[in-house]
Amino acid sequence: MEKISQKASWGQFWYDPKKRGYLFQFILFITVIGIGSFLVSNTQQNLARQNIASGFDFLGQEAGFEISESSIDYWADDSYQRALLVGILNTIKIALVGNFFAIILGVFVGIFRLSPNWLLNKISETYIEVVRNIPLLLQLFFWYAVFTEIFPDVKESLNPLPGVFVSQRGLFFPIFKEHFIWKWVWITFFTGIICTFGSSYFLKKKWEKTGQSWSLLPFASIFLLILPFLVWIFGGAPHQLDIPELGGFNFSGGMTLTPEFVALMLGLVLYTGAFNAEIVRAGIQSVSHGQWEASQALGLSRWQTLRLVVLPQSLRVIIPPMTSQVLNLIKNSSLAVGIGYPDFVAVANTTMNQTGQAIEAVVLIMAVYLFFSLSTSFLMNYYNRSQQLKERGA
Amino acid sequence: MSLKYTKNPEKRSLPMMQGFAKWMKKNLFSTPINSAISLILLGLLVKLLGPFLNWLVFNATWEGTAQTCRHNDGACLVFIKEKFIFILYGFYPRELLWRPTLAIAFFIGLCFYSREISRWNKRLLSYWLILILIWAFLLKGGLFGLESVSLDKWGGLPLTLILAVIGIIFSYPLGILLALGRTGYLPLVRSFCLGYIELIRGVPMISLLFMASVMFPLFLPDGLVLPKLMRAQIAIIMFMSAYMAEVVRGGLAAVDKGQYEAADALGLSYWQKMLKVILPQALKIVIPPTVNTAIGMFKDTSLVLIIALSDLLMTTKTSLKDPKWLGFSVEAYVFVALIYFIFCFSMSRYSKRLEKEFSYGGRS
Repeated sequence: MEKISQKASWGQFWYDPKKRGYLFQFILFITVIGIGSFLVSNTQQNLARQNIASGFDFLGQEAGFEISESSIDYWADDSYQRALLVGILNTIKIALVGNFFAIILGVFVGIFRLSPNWLLNKISETYIEVVRNIPLLLQLFFWYAVFTEIFPDVKESLNPLPGVFVSQRGLFFPIFKEHFIWKWVWITFFTGIICTFGSSYFLKKKWEKTGQSWSLLPFASIFLLILPFLVWIFGGAPHQLDIPELGGFNFSGGMTLTPEFVALMLGLVLYTGAFNAEIVRAGIQSVSHGQWEASQALGLSRWQTLRLVVLPQSLRVIIPPMTSQVLNLIKNSSLAVGIGYPDFVAVANTTMNQTGQAIEAVVLIMAVYLFFSLSTSFLMNYYNRSQQLKERGA
Repeated sequence: MSLKYTKNPEKRSLPMMQGFAKWMKKNLFSTPINSAISLILLGLLVKLLGPFLNWLVFNATWEGTAQTCRHNDGACLVFIKEKFIFILYGFYPRELLWRPTLAIAFFIGLCFYSREISRWNKRLLSYWLILILIWAFLLKGGLFGLESVSLDKWGGLPLTLILAVIGIIFSYPLGILLALGRTGYLPLVRSFCLGYIELIRGVPMISLLFMASVMFPLFLPDGLVLPKLMRAQIAIIMFMSAYMAEVVRGGLAAVDKGQYEAADALGLSYWQKMLKVILPQALKIVIPPTVNTAIGMFKDTSLVLIIALSDLLMTTKTSLKDPKWLGFSVEAYVFVALIYFIFCFSMSRYSKRLEKEFSYGGRS
């Protein structure tokens, strides 16, 4: 009697999915904790035996290495903290500029892919297939080698456009000479962007109320072109160019982009642009053919149809995979370490080699990229929600 | 009078040249804008492709030494001929090269064998596992009179293939488990899988490889040493399984809800439901993205060079450091790019074919 009831209770426990679930989770919990503590204790012993310090105290120490490119002042006697900050800023720079060009390239090539022009179509397809099927790191090495081996010495720089020079030392091009009014032109321009968005909102409200539709174009041109231009005129219209000039061993003046930066940009933009193009193509194709025919019947041109009817609808399909491409570019920018561009991973790697504090360095790398990834996907999800169809009861 | 369908007689009688002209008119010069685009593109093609072909083929140096190469303008194909073996096999002992070659041959053979969907069954899986054993036996040796070769001598294409194939074979089931955990009903398991997947997908692969090269040795107890190749392999599997998990999760979400409910209504347990009903459908739906992930992983194995493992890309870089042959990087990179391209392009073509077959065949 006793035995049977015991058996039954065990059976009851085992065959109740809920209780069994608790058991599984308990086992998982114990296993994870067990493995975790095993690794931690091993690590502590190993660190103690090898006399490696732990903790983030090293951040305040003197870094003692130079960084070839920096957007803020940095000297070798600055702290590791500042060196890492330089790396983070370089990564952000690459991520912003790279994604900007990669998305533009993707949109154009994606549209080219659907062009009725056979040649344009095939060239775009070849570009996409070639670039997507070769590792990015190899492409970065290739572009870097093009700079360092194919392009001539500084003294015999190529001069494809007046004032623009290409050589082993990088890309040199003219910029406007420094003048206080440029700052104000930029400020007007950026305020203009905000005002354009504001007037677009205002016009939409007005359209909803009265049905009168106004073109945004005059507003946009006033805010983005005419006002900055007027500021420039009233500031004395400075137009002197700072043209790079060859003096001694290198160019001076103008703007310089290092071969590392240009190679990294070329590689990242061409690679991600190919993936973006496929996403844009799929997005456009997802819009039903009836939409094209309907807008043709309404008398819209091909370009108008694309801009006013098809692209807004395909955006809903495009944004989610495009988000992961944006993130991919950010993560792939870590390959900069392969060609010696001082991005965050490169600086963290140098830090790791100098201090020997591997765990802290890897944790820092992971934390920084996780922060980038999470904040980007948060922003893109926000944008995605604004583009989705508004449904009832939402 | 019986009506008989005849093919457009006009079109048939068009002479060859006229047909071509018609095709050109339709595809290249349909509108003035189109004509302008075509002409500009043609001009660009001639201007860019011409010098490239000149460099790569017509002006290329096929015979001679580094000195002859430096005198000529074209590509130095002598360099490729000279370094061919090293780029493909790395530091593997020269007299034992038949072993990695045989391993690659087995691999390509099995790839061709697995092409047909009708052969996809448990036996095929066991063939792939046997392939790994054969690889280990051929490359490592030390049994049946084969000379033993240490792990740090492995390199080149065999190493790249090992990292990719073992990575795919192991990360696929792990990815399925993670996806099941993430979508399952156990809250603790779910949050654990979610955290793992999001953490791994949020960081670049380099950080995991750094972890493998510098942190794994610290994790292990004193005296236990894993070779770097294995540590990198573990990192690749860890990385890849998170991506596989997301692909599989897409498949789980794409299976009709009715299938879940029907399986529940039949009283199947969770594992019966998943293994017999849901997973077979879900995995089939996501075959194309799975292959795409596999292609991505194949390319990403090139990252191991950053922790100084001599994969295909690393052997290429090493061959460029030969002081006798400095300055032929572009040639070497174009050559390896071709190797990577052949592998990845055939995989992506294959994925397209599968996509077609499954979309026609439906869910059989």
